[in-house]
Amino acid sequence: MSADLALIGPVLAAMLTAATPLLFAALGELVVEKSGVLNLGVEGMMLVGAVCGFAVTAQTGSSTAGFAIAALAGAGTAALFGVLTLLLLANQVATGLALTLFGVGLSALIGQGFVGIPIPDVPELNIPGLTDLPVIGKALFGQDAVVYLGLAMVPAVHWFLYGTRRGLILRAVGENHAAAHALGYKVIRIRFLAVLFGGAMSGIAGAYLSLDYTPMWAEGITAGRGWIALALVVFATWKPGRVLLGAWLFGGVTIAQLHVQGLGIDIPSQLLSMLPYLATVVVLVLISRDIARIRLNAPASLGKVFHPDA
Amino acid sequence: MTLLRLEPRGEASRAMVYLTPLIAVALTLVSGFLLFWAMGFDPVKALHAFFIAPVSSVRGVGELAVKATPLVLCAIGLAIGFRANVWNIGAEGQLTLGAIVGGGIALAFYGEGGWWLLPLMIVGGMVGGALWAAIPAFLRIRFNASEILTSLMLNYVAVHLLNYLMHGPYRDPEGFAFPESRLFEADAVMPLLVAGTRVHLGSLFALLAVAGGWFLMARTFIGFQIKVIGLTPTAAGYAGFNQKKIIWLTLLLSGALAGLAGLGEVAGPIGQLNPTISPGYGYTAIIVAFLGRLHPVGILLAGFLMALSFIGGEAAQIALGLPKAITGVFQGMLLFFLLATDVLIRYRLRFGAKTAPKPIAGRAAA
Repeated sequence: MSADLALIGPVLAAMLTAATPLLFAALGELVVEKSGVLNLGVEGMMLVGAVCGFAVTAQTGSSTAGFAIAALAGAGTAALFGVLTLLLLANQVATGLALTLFGVGLSALIGQGFVGIPIPDVPELNIPGLTDLPVIGKALFGQDAVVYLGLAMVPAVHWFLYGTRRGLILRAVGENHAAAHALGYKVIRIRFLAVLFGGAMSGIAGAYLSLDYTPMWAEGITAGRGWIALALVVFATWKPGRVLLGAWLFGGVTIAQLHVQGLGIDIPSQLLSMLPYLATVVVLVLISRDIARIRLNAPASLGKVFHPDA
Repeated sequence: MTLLRLEPRGEASRAMVYLTPLIAVALTLVSGFLLFWAMGFDPVKALHAFFIAPVSSVRGVGELAVKATPLVLCAIGLAIGFRANVWNIGAEGQLTLGAIVGGGIALAFYGEGGWWLLPLMIVGGMVGGALWAAIPAFLRIRFNASEILTSLMLNYVAVHLLNYLMHGPYRDPEGFAFPESRLFEADAVMPLLVAGTRVHLGSLFALLAVAGGWFLMARTFIGFQIKVIGLTPTAAGYAGFNQKKIIWLTLLLSGALAGLAGLGEVAGPIGQLNPTISPGYGYTAIIVAFLGRLHPVGILLAGFLMALSFIGGEAAQIALGLPKAITGVFQGMLLFFLLATDVLIRYRLRFGAKTAPKPIAGRAAA
């Protein structure tokens, strides 16, 4: 086998892992936005999930417990956002920003005792015969359970939104909350549940970074991935399948940035580190320029405050 | 039926506009008390070390002004944008670019300076910040791309750019590979305003920005257009106000002010360029803008309060070994409480179920 071909397997595997946190966070936010709520606090919820998951795994030795707590912690921080924006009618943009600033501080506070502490590896799938397949074996059959869960969430979210009655109601709430309210649907309760789901997904996304991808705890470990996930939702024009595409794209950019350095191409590492952020801007521009398409796909009530008596 | 519900006020409560920031501060202090207690510190001592001890000396009060300067400069610009629903989250990056461009001028003319150097650096810093903010403005107007996401992404790009410069072109040639620039010469440093403190010329610019921001919003037609566009974009459209012009104006203005803040840091208290020129001033400025009710005078007061959270964090770290991260937690909590209590401006709390007219079943459940 040539050296180039031998590289494809690890690169593909690394791309899938790099895409996983984005996939979770973006799918969660997609459901939130479909219900008509814009939660800009993804980065904060990811950080809280990352640190709580890490702390629990470091204490118990169980990464499963870590992921479970991370999901709960993410949902908990999201509940704060829900109370403020849905019950107290606060501005969603401002509250989302507050959630991120709060998450950055809180995670640093919780995590101060966990910097540099080792944790057990997350077990990876190993199917004799398949995992050993050349090139694609490791990428397709040698990942840990969370990667597969992330992939499974794509059809699951799609099925929920477009194949179930509850999904239809959630979308109706996101398109026109006044009409949905008039039909007797509990707008605030539905949105709150969506926000909690988004928080849990962000929490898992963060924990994937601290438990699996890195794996360690460091302040600001998410490095803007929460914001990239928000951009991915727009890029995907609020469609779950396209979120997967976008996550892979960004996973690819992240990995490419590492491998360019490995190939000995002489670009300073600091400039290469800009790539994912620049790519986000470019992708956002390409998709947003088609205003008609954004209008057609964006939930019509996105970011608007709802008060039943108003 | 719910015990507690929100009833719309006939008109927004003026009193609550001024009261809710105070309520939010009080709630933050109470939460801080509980937080310190839960962490095993003596809460009274911790709060004293955090909020009172640092400002018990002339030097301490001076430091307060030093830290408030970049916060106020950034927040004035951001607030004008927020008024027009232009969400510039990129003050941190614009501040960084101001430092890179303005500080770069200081390094470029190293050893050849004169009285003209500092003014040139100030202009350079403002232009650098404004150009960085021009990117999200252009992308929003030309391509409809959300300025929230683009301006935020550019923060990360700016930090990496600074890092690259500090490890490459900007590094002190005699500096043993440390990622720091040369120390600026006397011609390239902001003059001090108060003896015995580090209060520098930048603080005067911050006060000018407060006055200018107030004049722009309260006394000019552009300020009026900004407010109308923010409150009712449709009405602004009927009135023929040019929304694109306002997006350009607010982003360029806030970028220039953030750039000035960044230049003020490197030519002021820091005195050189290094990779950590800002402990997150650009982000904290968002909180300052909201806490100050998007009003220049309010921002001045809020700037001092948030400056105290930075100094207090450092002081408490030294005095009691409190983790520095607590600053961020305080800042986040304060903004949360403010946003939560702001509901009282337009709604009043009512206890018990609605009496008349009888609500349709389920309507008051929210």
